[in-house]
Amino acid sequence: MLSVKNLHAGVGGKEILRGVDLDVRAGEVHAIMGPNGSGKSTLAQLLAGREGYEVTAGSVRYLDRDLLAMSPEERAQEGVFLAFQYPVEIPGVSNALFLKTGLNSIRKHRGLPELDAMDFLQLLRDKMKLLGMDENLLSRAVNEGFSGGEKKRNEILQLAVLEPKLAILDETDSGLDIDAVKLVADGVNAMRSPERAIVLVTHYQRLLNFIVPDAVHVLSQGRIVRSGGAELAQELEQHGYSWVETETEAQRKTA
Amino acid sequence: MNVQEQSWEDIPLERVPQYLAGHGVAWVSQERQSAFARFAAHGFPTRREEEWKYTDVSAIGRRTSLAPDNIPPDPSSEASLFAWTLAQSNVHLMVFVNGHYSNELSALGELPPGARLGSLADLLDGGADLPEMLFDEQHEHTVFAALNNALATDGAVLNLAAGTVLEKPVYLLFIASGHGSAIYPRNIVIAGEGARATVIEHYYGMLEAHNFTDAVTQIGLAANAEVRHCKLEQEGKDAFHIAGIHAEQAANSRFVSHSFALGGRLARNDITSRMTAPDCQCTFDGLYLLDGKQHVDHHTRIDHLAPSGTSREYYRGILDGESHGVFNGKVIVHPHAVKTDAHQANNNLLLSRQAEVDTKPQLEIYADDVKCTHGATVGQLDDESLFYLRSRGVDIDSARSLMIYGFANDIIKRVEGPEMRARIEQLVLNRLPEGEQIKELL
Repeated sequence: MLSVKNLHAGVGGKEILRGVDLDVRAGEVHAIMGPNGSGKSTLAQLLAGREGYEVTAGSVRYLDRDLLAMSPEERAQEGVFLAFQYPVEIPGVSNALFLKTGLNSIRKHRGLPELDAMDFLQLLRDKMKLLGMDENLLSRAVNEGFSGGEKKRNEILQLAVLEPKLAILDETDSGLDIDAVKLVADGVNAMRSPERAIVLVTHYQRLLNFIVPDAVHVLSQGRIVRSGGAELAQELEQHGYSWVETETEAQRKTA
Repeated sequence: MNVQEQSWEDIPLERVPQYLAGHGVAWVSQERQSAFARFAAHGFPTRREEEWKYTDVSAIGRRTSLAPDNIPPDPSSEASLFAWTLAQSNVHLMVFVNGHYSNELSALGELPPGARLGSLADLLDGGADLPEMLFDEQHEHTVFAALNNALATDGAVLNLAAGTVLEKPVYLLFIASGHGSAIYPRNIVIAGEGARATVIEHYYGMLEAHNFTDAVTQIGLAANAEVRHCKLEQEGKDAFHIAGIHAEQAANSRFVSHSFALGGRLARNDITSRMTAPDCQCTFDGLYLLDGKQHVDHHTRIDHLAPSGTSREYYRGILDGESHGVFNGKVIVHPHAVKTDAHQANNNLLLSRQAEVDTKPQLEIYADDVKCTHGATVGQLDDESLFYLRSRGVDIDSARSLMIYGFANDIIKRVEGPEMRARIEQLVLNRLPEGEQIKELL
């Protein structure tokens, strides 16, 4: 579904991604882990179409299309979803209106009829209940005055409503207490399906106790330096990122 | 000839007597003449005057005549249809066409005992007792108010006896359909002790009407009274619109003013309230939505003259094209007005590089033990929010529109009364490029 090849990208002449290779197939859950500054968020944002990054080499194919040539809205309409690390406020626009605008844009693109107000509200209520969200978050402006946990859960609500093919979650677990992490994980697990791929970008292994990935990649200094199964996350938890970095350094020297 | 050089004699009043309120009443004519003298002595304001620094009204002065319109109330079919639609809604409707009351288009409906609603012309012609603020020089806040005193054609007079509560809003619709007509509406609202009412003043210009409107509305609130005033300015694209809205508040009264400026080529609103007794509340809200070469200026002034008054003022502007917005908000806390609580904010959204805004919040405090804050911002659409929306599948134009709507909505949602709020929301959405789409989603 997603194929990243030798991706080099940066901001203002400074290279952040230095040759990333990543293949994600439908039905799989991949975790991308790495220390601060390794380029995790850059990769996530780049895939969602944020402007301001210069791609200097490599390619990204999504469902056999050139993802980098698509506008952010086109990517979303084609099924790419990014759960933001720092969800953005949109003053004066209610959360319900925001969700409805997004959902109907995507449905329209897919040739589906737009949902009417009643069906839409029912859909939202059910999903919010699962995520333990207060219904008053629907009438409030998007993310305005939301607590950190509410913002993150709101991202998962969007994921559940928009039903993307490829979901990228950027540090969705950061700043959450353990109960909230569990709720978020339940929400994500409910979205696992043979047609959908999920990429979890995370600093900590904690989230992966609840969402068991098919593959784990370690990103360091703009490259994926190690890939493995779910057990790799456990090893990282035990030895820390420096372990991988030292090991990689040693490998490079022997080579 | 430049109108600045016109004298009372040059105004062809003999052509319009039947349309100038109180033309047969001697004292009225006298008052009008002296008001005109006051106007003529000063002439149109120039940009050398501080209060008119950013607003150039010289184009109004280049008109051929200031004479009030002599066109009998013969509205276009579009105007009639619009009035008819309003008449079907839940309001007390008074319609004025080119400044003249139209009995035919109005639908006053049933008023509760204690409420009197009628046209100024009827009152003046009938020699009725009139509030002393009419024609009073002290109440002329600008030279345009003097001109209005001289030439006021007609308007609405709402008088509420103590304790009278109007459940339905009074809707004053001013239709401009004439070409180049000069229109001088004058409205008066007197709310007795504990009386309550909502008054909507809607200026609706036909697209091609390049009229000049010079309106004055005076509102008196007795103790414990509550008046909510909502002004919608939707003049034609070449129209000039100058208006004053002035409230005088007695103890524990509440005055709410909304000003929505959407149309016209040049619009200037002077909105003031004097809180003359303790425990008054006053709210000024406004939204100006401009594009092309539109120019809209709001000058507001809140005088805290007595203790324990509360005032809130929220004005926002959305400016596109080469439009120009001006906001000048004065809040004056006089020496005796201790325990004043005043807050004011003006936020502007610039949608193009050529759009311009001059904002000046002005706080003058002459009392101790007060809580006053103010602030102003000028900015553009936030890139982060735009990307957030696009990443949810919303195309860039709709995303922009939604954000603009959100910015405006923070003012719209402050309008009390769901019907009025919905009406204003529609008017604003009609002006947004993807407004139709947002309407469907609401």
